[in-house]
Amino acid sequence: MNLMAQLPVLPVVIPFVAGALALLLPKGRAPWAWATFVSWLSFLASALLLREVAATGPVSYHLGDWPPPWGIEYRIDLANAIVLALVSGIAAAVAPFAYESVRAEIDERQSPYFYAAFLICVSGLLGVTATGDAFNIFVFLEISSLSTYALVAMGGRQDRRALTAAFTYLVMGTLGATFFVIGVGLLYHATGTLNLADLHLKLAGQHNRVVEAGFAFILVGIGLKLAMFPMHLWLPNAYAYAPSAVSAFLAATATKVAVYVLVRFFYSVFGLDFAFLGDALTYVLLPLGVAGMFVASLIAVFQHDVKRMLAYSSVGQIGYMLLGLSFGTREGLAAALIHLVNHGLMKGALFLAVACVVYRLGDHRCAAFSGLARRMPVTTWAFVLSGLSLIGVPGTVGFVSKWYLLEASFAAGHAWAAFMIVASSLIAVLYVGRVVELMLLREPPEQGPLSEPVKEAPLSMLIPMWALVAANLYFGLRTEFTAGFAEQAAAALMTVSGGR
Amino acid sequence: MPHLILRVTTKMFFAPILLFALYVQFHGDYGPGGGFQAGVIFAVAFILHALCFGLEETKKALPQRALTIAMALGVMFYAGTGLATMLLGGNFLGYDALAPHSTHHEGQHYGILLVEFGVGLAVASTMLTVFYHFAGREPEIDPEDW
Amino acid sequence: MIDLAFIAERYNYWIFIVLMMIGVYIVISRGNLVKKIVGLNIFQTSVFIYYISIGKVAGGTAPILPAAYESGHEGKGARASAAHGESAPAPGAASGESLHAAPQSAPEALPANDLASAVAQTPQGAGPSGEAGLHAAPGEAANPLLAPPDGAGDAASALGEAAHKAAEIVYSNPLPHVLILTAIVVGVATTAVGLALAVRIREAYGTIEEDELEAADDIAEFGAAFGEKAEGARA
Repeated sequence: MNLMAQLPVLPVVIPFVAGALALLLPKGRAPWAWATFVSWLSFLASALLLREVAATGPVSYHLGDWPPPWGIEYRIDLANAIVLALVSGIAAAVAPFAYESVRAEIDERQSPYFYAAFLICVSGLLGVTATGDAFNIFVFLEISSLSTYALVAMGGRQDRRALTAAFTYLVMGTLGATFFVIGVGLLYHATGTLNLADLHLKLAGQHNRVVEAGFAFILVGIGLKLAMFPMHLWLPNAYAYAPSAVSAFLAATATKVAVYVLVRFFYSVFGLDFAFLGDALTYVLLPLGVAGMFVASLIAVFQHDVKRMLAYSSVGQIGYMLLGLSFGTREGLAAALIHLVNHGLMKGALFLAVACVVYRLGDHRCAAFSGLARRMPVTTWAFVLSGLSLIGVPGTVGFVSKWYLLEASFAAGHAWAAFMIVASSLIAVLYVGRVVELMLLREPPEQGPLSEPVKEAPLSMLIPMWALVAANLYFGLRTEFTAGFAEQAAAALMTVSGGR
Repeated sequence: MPHLILRVTTKMFFAPILLFALYVQFHGDYGPGGGFQAGVIFAVAFILHALCFGLEETKKALPQRALTIAMALGVMFYAGTGLATMLLGGNFLGYDALAPHSTHHEGQHYGILLVEFGVGLAVASTMLTVFYHFAGREPEIDPEDW
Repeated sequence: MIDLAFIAERYNYWIFIVLMMIGVYIVISRGNLVKKIVGLNIFQTSVFIYYISIGKVAGGTAPILPAAYESGHEGKGARASAAHGESAPAPGAASGESLHAAPQSAPEALPANDLASAVAQTPQGAGPSGEAGLHAAPGEAANPLLAPPDGAGDAASALGEAAHKAAEIVYSNPLPHVLILTAIVVGVATTAVGLALAVRIREAYGTIEEDELEAADDIAEFGAAFGEKAEGARA
């Protein structure tokens, strides 16, 4: 077997098979060790794939040896190679972290089931990213979503609100996926093909109602999945009440993959020649992106629960990506892709820090963070650094993405958008600063259940968390991986879509 | 003994339903049918059994643990076929690699039979698992069952 | 002036749209979690109907793989391409008009089979594409059938009619069916997970009504006083 030739499918297949196997493992340490090993393997495959794609250009893989457009094609170019690396990288960081966190929050006897669902979810997200077939995207989207519902619901042992959150997520997610299928059906109706590259060729010059309706259904469907403001209502509760490790993984990957699907459909399938897309960008994505940046960030300021606060902040950050997309320029697209990766890194680190607090104090409300610097200094500083990254302080990835966003808005002639970005970053200072102030300047609570002395989180949690924090700093200083690749990817997408 | 007629009828029907499931399963290679439909029919036989003899009796015949294993095995049959074709030098699910020297694509037949068998196994056991848990209505699903 | 015929012959889309709206309406308006799942199922079913109804293509034909592909999969491709020659348009690729004609009467299986054999006998080169070949087929195939002398007149005219009907053959594209089978599996899985969640919610809260769930959460978060106020506001 030629391993390199099989590379495009490996990141998807490995966790899929391993997920089924994890179900059979005895409870205890085994499923966790297996999941960690597999997610590292998957990350390795994705990293090799990224290297190969960066060196030699897009790779096409024919499932079952059926050539496109008849068979299912996995087509990896730089844009999805980056997302593959992000998703599998976050999985590789969360999996080792999960052991202690999951043991504390979930019945240990359920652990084989938890890790099976986790691996299947990883496989689904990677599948959405890797595939070049419109219907296959739906199937993988649902594979990942179904396992996500189960994972979120497992938080029900800690807080029964996880159950209602998972149910709301299920209803909204299924509505979104079904809208997406309707859109794909309309496109299939108009073109007779499901292959994304082939769709692009056959859609060229088609400006009829069927295609426009298909576009609208796909936009709304994926909008629901990526929690585009104001379709974000499922997100805050799902992230707040899911088990902490699950929150970290989802916040860093699930919505990012949906953003990627939107990019793929906008630029690789419809293309900027499709006049309807330009209207949608200007009159839907731009206002909704800006509204999300402000409304969601403002709501985040008034949250009493740090996980909910971070969840609302995620909705706001998605607004930045949509804003970048909505310019319809190469710079804007590059900025959106950069922020997609960077936001995954900073949200992952932040949620892992919260998970450490939950592990020791069993609470993720603001009160638990009071005086944390004296009780859990290592966790506190991880939170502070990734919080600075979220705000966009120079030296962190947050700054890189804000910089590219600002540049893109000036290049697109939307100087006011640059002002909006800065203004909404100031709101981020408010909500991050509020928690940081609690941690650094306040005294620990003197009475009540939170006052008991606590130790720092165990090493198995600190190392993955700090790995992500280090990534935040490293990619903040050396931008050739994230920004360089994203710019190349954006240029390639723009060539396909007929933009400049 | 209550529900005598129902129980006797069920006993008569049980084996033919399983047989029909297998027919649908293996006929799927040439015509309508296939793993999903067959899996559901297969599960129906056991659901009928549970309805007439009680869930406990059915669980004795087919415990939840066996279903969990069957579920995982089914997925592994499916994905394993794909991995096997990869190991034999083809692409994922490139069935021709299973019988490389065949003149009439024998590999395609082997491949689809194996994959559909995996699908059937997974679907039947998943359907029964869902039924067990809904019908069992335990206050909370016992994690031991997973 | 409303073109009633135009509307009526697209009845499959109306069914799809009405079912879709009913489904979404139930999901949004009902507070009961199980009713929401029912709505979700109606919504998904409407999409299945849409996909299946676009699977009928007038004048379509099986997707025939180009000659270059035969070396890989001759068992599948060769037979079909021997009958039809060059590559034919993919079924769904037929233009909007022919797709819109789809809901019109679908011929029974019998004439379709007759046509298949007739096409097999048709000499090559009837047309560059499979579609043209199909249209050319009935005439040539019908001649020898009509040739038998008297006595067989009725049968011959019936066959001729069948051949004529076949000219407007409605081809069943299997691909949407396959897609929908997949979507049904996904839908069943979603329903199962949704119902399982509803059961768990009922165990945890003792209710599956959305209002009561929200009230219970509010009481848990802000104390009983808030809950009473919420109850009062509702009453």
